[in-house]
Amino acid sequence: MNKELVDKIKANPDYQRLVKTRSGFAIKLTITMLVVYFAFILTIAFNPALLGAPLSPDSVTTVGIPVGMAIIVFAFILTGIYTKRANSEFDDLTNKIKKSVKEN
Amino acid sequence: MNNMNRIFLFLILGSIAVLASGTIDGEIVKQALNVPAIVMFVIFVGATLGITYWAAKRTKSAKDFYTAGGGITGFQNGMAIAGDYMSAASFLGISGLVYAKGYDGLIYSIGFLVGWPIILFMIAEPLRNLGKYTFADVASYRLKQAPIRILAASGSIATVILYLIAQMVGSGKLIQLLFGLQYEVAVVLVGVLMILYVTFGGMLATTWVQIIKAFLLLSGATFMALAVMAHYDFSFGSLFAQAVEMKGLAVMSPGGLVSDPISAISLAIALMFGTAGLPHILMRFFTVGDAKEARKSVFYATGFIGYFYILTFIIGFGAIVMVFKNPQYLDLAKEAVSGGSPILGGNNMAAIHLSHAVGGDFFLGFISAVAFATILAVVSGLTLAGASAISHDLYASVIKKGKADGMAEMRVSKIATVILGIIAIIMGIMFEKQNIAFVVGLAFAIAASANFPILFLSMYWKNLTTRGAVIGGSIGLATAVALVILGPIVWVQILGNAEAIFPYKYPALFSVTAAFIGIWFFSITDKSHDAEAEREAFEAQYIRSQTGIGAEGASEH
Repeated sequence: MNKELVDKIKANPDYQRLVKTRSGFAIKLTITMLVVYFAFILTIAFNPALLGAPLSPDSVTTVGIPVGMAIIVFAFILTGIYTKRANSEFDDLTNKIKKSVKEN
Repeated sequence: MNNMNRIFLFLILGSIAVLASGTIDGEIVKQALNVPAIVMFVIFVGATLGITYWAAKRTKSAKDFYTAGGGITGFQNGMAIAGDYMSAASFLGISGLVYAKGYDGLIYSIGFLVGWPIILFMIAEPLRNLGKYTFADVASYRLKQAPIRILAASGSIATVILYLIAQMVGSGKLIQLLFGLQYEVAVVLVGVLMILYVTFGGMLATTWVQIIKAFLLLSGATFMALAVMAHYDFSFGSLFAQAVEMKGLAVMSPGGLVSDPISAISLAIALMFGTAGLPHILMRFFTVGDAKEARKSVFYATGFIGYFYILTFIIGFGAIVMVFKNPQYLDLAKEAVSGGSPILGGNNMAAIHLSHAVGGDFFLGFISAVAFATILAVVSGLTLAGASAISHDLYASVIKKGKADGMAEMRVSKIATVILGIIAIIMGIMFEKQNIAFVVGLAFAIAASANFPILFLSMYWKNLTTRGAVIGGSIGLATAVALVILGPIVWVQILGNAEAIFPYKYPALFSVTAAFIGIWFFSITDKSHDAEAEREAFEAQYIRSQTGIGAEGASEH
C-alpha cells in the first residue's frame, strides 16, 4: 500500500466512520465482558458467601449456579451481537471503501 | 462432494451409536481389554486415515498445508476451534474437578470461556486481515523479520511442546486404563498416528479430524447429560439435592480454587490472554476465507465451548450422584489405605465411569474411543502449529529471508512434524512418572506473557518498535518461566523445598504486566532510524487490518 492510497483511504469518510464506530463498539463490548467476569471472580475472592447463598430457604441450589450459567450464556450472546452487526453494517462500510478504492 | 457424503455418513452413524447405547446393559470390564472401545476406536482411526488420504490429494501447496487452502467455512472452523479447545484434559479434567469440588469446576470453565468474546472483539479480524500462516506474520508485519520471528517462534514452540507433554502423558495413562494397552505402546501409537495425519493431510486433515471429534464429543457429552437429567425428571433442584446428600453443601458454593484476589486476577489473566496467545488456536483463523468467516468462527466456537462447559458441569454432578460411593467404581485397594471412597483411576475418570453408569459397556467404549480421538486431534493441531513456526517463521522467513520456495518450505514443515512427533513420544515416555501439574499452566503463562502482548501491541500500538517487542517479549517469557519455577507447584511440590519463593500459583498478572511495561519502555526510548520507519508503517498496516484491503484470500482451486 503506497502513501497516496493510505492518505486517500484515511480521508474517506466511510473509513473514518468504520474505524470510529467499530472500535467504539468493540471496546464497549470488551469492557462489558471484563466487568462482568471480574465482578464474578472478585466476588469469589472477597465474598464467596454471596454466591453460596441458597436461592430460597428450602432449596440447596445456590445463587452462584444461575449466575455462573448466565455468564456463559452472556459471553455467547455478546459474540452474537458483535458478529451480527459486523457482518452487516461494518462489512457494508468495508465494501463501500473497497469499491471506492477500486474505482480510482 | 463424495468425500463429504462419506464424512457425514460417518457422523450420522456415530450419532446413531450414541442413541442406541442407552438400552444396552452389560458386565463391567475394567482395565482388561475393552472390546467395544477398541472396535469404535479402530473405526475412528480408519475413517480419519481415509480423510487424511483424501486431504493428501488436495494438499499441493504450502498454503494448502498450513491453512487448508483458506476455504474452511466459519461454521466448520468454529467447530474445529472448539475441538482444539475441548481437549481430553478439559473434558476429563473439568468434569473431574466438578465431581471433586462441585462449584469450583464451573469457576474454572468460565475463566476458559471469557477469553473468546475478547478474541472476537480485538484479535480475530486484524489477525485474519494481516496474517498468512502464523501469528508471527502479524507481529512482524512492519517490524524486522528475523528478531520478531525468532521470538514468536520460540514462544510458539515452547507453548506447543509443553502442551504436547501434557497431552502425551495424559493419553498414555488414559489409554492404559481404558484399553488395557501398555503406556509406551499408547504414547507411540498417538505419536505415529499424529505424524501421519499432519505430514500427509496437513491442515485439511487436521481440521476434519478435529471437526469429527468435536461432533462425537459433543454428542457423547449431550447424551450423558440428558441421561443424568432424565434420571431426575429434568429438575436441577432434585439433582443438586441428591448431590448435597452425597457430598455435603460445600459442592454448591465457591471453595478453595481461588482464595485471594491476586491469585484470582492472575488466573483470570492467564486464561484470557493465554487463550489469545495459543499458536494452534491463532493459526485456525487463517483457514477461513475472510474476516466475516473469522468472526462467525468465534461466534460458533464460543457457543460450542459454552455448551460443552454446561454439559461437563451436569456430567460432574451426575458423577457425584451416580459414581461416588458406587461400589462398582470404588478403588478398594486405595480406600483401604487412605479412605474417602476414591474412584478407580482418580477423579479425572469420573466422566468415564459415569458413561458406564448411564450407558453400559457399549457407551463406555464409545466415550473411551472419543477421549482417545480427542487426544489425537489435539496433538495433531498442536504439532502442525509447532511445525509451522519452524518452517514458516524460522526456515522460510529467517534462514531463507522470505525467499524460500513453497515446496521446500512444505518439505521442511513435514520434517519438522516428524521431529516434533518423535520429541513428543520421547517426552511422553520420559515424563510418565513426573508431576506435570505445572505444564499446562506454564504453557498458558508463556502464551499470555510472550505471544499475546507482542501480537496485541503490533496490531494496535503505533509506537511499537522491534527493539521494544524483542526486549519486552523476552522479559515476559523469562518472567513467566522464572515465576513458575519459583512458585509453589515446582519449587515446593516438585523440587521439595519448604517454602515457595514466589507465593502464587499463577504468575500471569506479574509476567504479563512486565511484558507490557518492557515493550512500552523499550519502544518509546527507541530513537533509531529504523524505529521511525516502523512507526510510519503503522498507518498502512492499520488500514489493512481494519478493511482487509490487500489481505490473503482463499486459494483458487
